[in-house]
Amino acid sequence: MAETVESPGRRRLSPPAVGARPDQRNRPGLLARAGRRRAASAPGANRPGQARAGAFIRRHRLGPYLLLLPSLIGIGLILAWPTIQVGILSFQNFGLGQLSGAAPTQWVGFSNFTNILHDPEFWLALRNTVVFAAAVVVLTLLIGTLVGLLLHHLGRRMATFVSSATLLAWATPVVSASVVFYWLFSPDGGIVDWSLSKLPGWLGGGAHWAAFNWTTSGALPAYTVLTFIVVWMGFPFIAVTVLAGLKTIPAELIEAARVDGASPWRSFWGITYPLMKPIFLVLLLLSIIWDFGVFTQTYLITGELGNRDEYNLSLYAYDKAFTLPPSYGLGAALALILTVILLITTVGYVRASVRQGAIS
Amino acid sequence: MTALHREAGYQALRGTRSSARSRPGPARRHASRRTRRFALNGIGVVVALVTLFPILWMVSTAFKPPSELYSLTPHPLPAHPTLGNFTAVLNGQAAGLGISFWIFARNSLYVTVVTVVLASVVSLLAAVAVARFRFRFRAAYLIMLLIVQMLPAQALVIPLFIDFRGIGLLDSLTGLILIYTAQALPISIWLLRNFVAAVPRDLEEAASIDGAGPVRVFWRILFPLVAPGLVATSIFSFITAWNEFIFALTFLLNDQSKFTLPIYVQFFFGKGTADWGGIMAASTLYTIPVMLFFLFVQRRMVGGLVAGAVKG
Repeated sequence: MAETVESPGRRRLSPPAVGARPDQRNRPGLLARAGRRRAASAPGANRPGQARAGAFIRRHRLGPYLLLLPSLIGIGLILAWPTIQVGILSFQNFGLGQLSGAAPTQWVGFSNFTNILHDPEFWLALRNTVVFAAAVVVLTLLIGTLVGLLLHHLGRRMATFVSSATLLAWATPVVSASVVFYWLFSPDGGIVDWSLSKLPGWLGGGAHWAAFNWTTSGALPAYTVLTFIVVWMGFPFIAVTVLAGLKTIPAELIEAARVDGASPWRSFWGITYPLMKPIFLVLLLLSIIWDFGVFTQTYLITGELGNRDEYNLSLYAYDKAFTLPPSYGLGAALALILTVILLITTVGYVRASVRQGAIS
Repeated sequence: MTALHREAGYQALRGTRSSARSRPGPARRHASRRTRRFALNGIGVVVALVTLFPILWMVSTAFKPPSELYSLTPHPLPAHPTLGNFTAVLNGQAAGLGISFWIFARNSLYVTVVTVVLASVVSLLAAVAVARFRFRFRAAYLIMLLIVQMLPAQALVIPLFIDFRGIGLLDSLTGLILIYTAQALPISIWLLRNFVAAVPRDLEEAASIDGAGPVRVFWRILFPLVAPGLVATSIFSFITAWNEFIFALTFLLNDQSKFTLPIYVQFFFGKGTADWGGIMAASTLYTIPVMLFFLFVQRRMVGGLVAGAVKG
């Protein structure tokens, strides 16, 4: 750009821009900008081509758009366009023939969707998805909030210890967490089955737990393991965010309530909760989005597409699209349903964000 | 520090306020506060241990010889710790692939580093645009970022598989880098714009009066001040690239030497050998770098997250 080749001395000596009002003379920003604009269009610039480009960009105010361009290309090609393709594919019969180009594109209208809606496996997968998401969202928010409150009331050293521990859970990659929990719940040598088999009967323990197979015995045991994984990985974020929110509440408010005889329970619902409501709303919506259609953990725990009655929507879509013979159209129709459900939640999230002044 | 201050504040407040009310004597109050602190610390220890348990179990299993793995009474610590599981993973015998762990680590590291650099550059440019300029479609762009980061990978993987197959980017780390970079962009831009906005405009203007052009202003003024923000946001691209599963699983089909670490661990796990010592050793080696990274950047990350999560 022109400015880089200009000598600093010249800029400083140049008089204020013609037409600049006297009160603007002392305002460095405006002066600099006016000077720059003039310098860029000066015919004597060392690199005229660059200078002209710079002037063109400035005249048409293209600067921000040029800066956004790389991100728009990346997001457009890898995120936005494929989403549209999901929509297109969902109305096509797209299999191996279309993939290799041997067979022509076949438009099939809504038949992918009617197939899905008549498939009992879809309704089973939907049920698994919704029930699991509801349970996990509630548990994650509850445990996360409690741990956030705990961190807020602990001394500094203890708080660092606990938050470092939760941070490690958070840092554990999804695949590691899934594999570790699979091992914890494994029927041969897993610690959970062993502990349950040693528990006294009145606590629900007993010898029948030995070698109990959590991952192949239907949806309920498998999703119990999944609940542990997702809650374990998810609550630290909630805790840290709640803690940050708690720190913004003036201590005097809580103290005043306490002096006036309010119980901690009442002061939470009377002061903390109303003040933190926007944060909780965002956390709720984010949790729904994250926990709806969890793929990696479910894929690994339910035996890599091995147990159809344990499918959720994501596994069901993936199975349709990638298990031989692949039906990308059917998979896309399912993916579209999943995307639409998530986008509806996202609208709520965006509205909550806008209301909090995030778009400013 | 802060807790101490707050405690002092409580006492000061109570001293001025509680005189009007009848309250328990100071000795009893002190004792009850000690009990409370004790109970809270107890709960804290329990929460930390329960949270750490799966990680500890993973590491401890990794050091156990096979004889201890399937014993009738599992012990928390290995009686005869061995490095055998790690050796088998590192020399490639473990998963039966004959490929050393280091190859997969190199793949993951390469994908992650390139993703972090690309995402940082692209999102810094966009963040400057959003934080420093007022232009049409600015609000639309920001809302687009919020929406786009919610698009589920499980849906995108289907068309991207078809597209990338067409342009020969399956079985390629480059293909994964492109996807991870795009996935990391929305949150990176969203977080970085706060850091850019926090740099006082006066600094830049002062520099440009002194004759520095926009490029120089960027490198000398803006960049050093935004660098901590870049570290904070790079965590997210790091995690995206290091942890990503579904695209790597779907795209890395034929060439096992291209596997990234999560796919290696999944492959090992999915073989059904139940070599838990080996699997835990592999996942320990895969997990430790992220944990170190997290602990290292802990403060910044929490700050960045809060800026991103709470304010947006």
